[in-house]
Amino acid sequence: MIWGVLQFPGSCDERDALHACGVASLAGAGGVGDISFSTRNVAEDAPHPTIQDAGGGFAAAPPERARLVWHEETDLSGLDGIVVPGGFSYGDYLRAGAIARFSPAMGAVAEFAADGGPVLGICNGFQVLCESGLLPGALLTNESTRFICRPGELTAGDSDSPWLAGLDAGERISIPFKHQSGRFFAPPEMLEEIEANGQVAFRYADGQNPNGSLNDIAGVTNEAGNVLGLMPHPEHAVDPLSGTTDGLKIFRGPALAAGATGG
Amino acid sequence: MISARVLIRPKEGILDAQGKAVEGALPALGFDGIEHVRVGRIVELRAADDSQLEQLCEKCWPTR
Repeated sequence: MIWGVLQFPGSCDERDALHACGVASLAGAGGVGDISFSTRNVAEDAPHPTIQDAGGGFAAAPPERARLVWHEETDLSGLDGIVVPGGFSYGDYLRAGAIARFSPAMGAVAEFAADGGPVLGICNGFQVLCESGLLPGALLTNESTRFICRPGELTAGDSDSPWLAGLDAGERISIPFKHQSGRFFAPPEMLEEIEANGQVAFRYADGQNPNGSLNDIAGVTNEAGNVLGLMPHPEHAVDPLSGTTDGLKIFRGPALAAGATGG
Repeated sequence: MISARVLIRPKEGILDAQGKAVEGALPALGFDGIEHVRVGRIVELRAADDSQLEQLCEKCWPTR
């Protein structure tokens, strides 16, 4: 599985997302092990990061498991999964995600999603997908008005989504909460529809709703299930060093789902 | 050219967290009894054609 990670001016989690995609695809081949990405800066060095093992040598796996997709690119051919990462695309001017939705790359992502390709929007990426109309609802300023950044727990829903292929319904996972505009909102009729369709992929675990999201919603899918928006950050939870690798369960989902259907 | 000033606020009924925070802080400034504080933003712009304005607003700040 080859991943594309969008990069807007103002994105800031795209490096971790690349890392997560690379680790997830290698994990499919031969276990997570101690594989880690080179930390070289993409902009000043190689156009794409390379995968290295912990000893500094190149891992046996092909290096191009994941690449950055600049916001002006429109060609997503050859990619099997897309991540719209967190950050502050276009400075969050007007409204978080409101300008990014009109970027050339997002037009291509909409087509990719319409063809059934798996798309994951994290944090700001979730906001971008909502603004684009690829996902229902909107994300408002946290009830506290404060930026939060801390570990937290989610429970997986039973959505029919490739992103949940590595998780059991009700399974509890630990991944970081890190946002200021994470309060999920949808008008009553839309909320009912989302719930009835089983589109709630993740909820904040009991008592852990950090932002006032309706129905403790942390992540929703589109009706088809291939597009997931998630406010907490699975890409920061793929290395034992960060205290939890639960994020990998989400990143591995599409490959597991494709394997299960023989795709 | 037509000048316009677009006022953007959370719809009625949606918790305006910033408005609440400001409202909660007003007593500390010595203002009691001030209610219903709402915070939004204003965008000023000029357009050649006023029919553009409605389309623009509907696209960028849908009221649905």
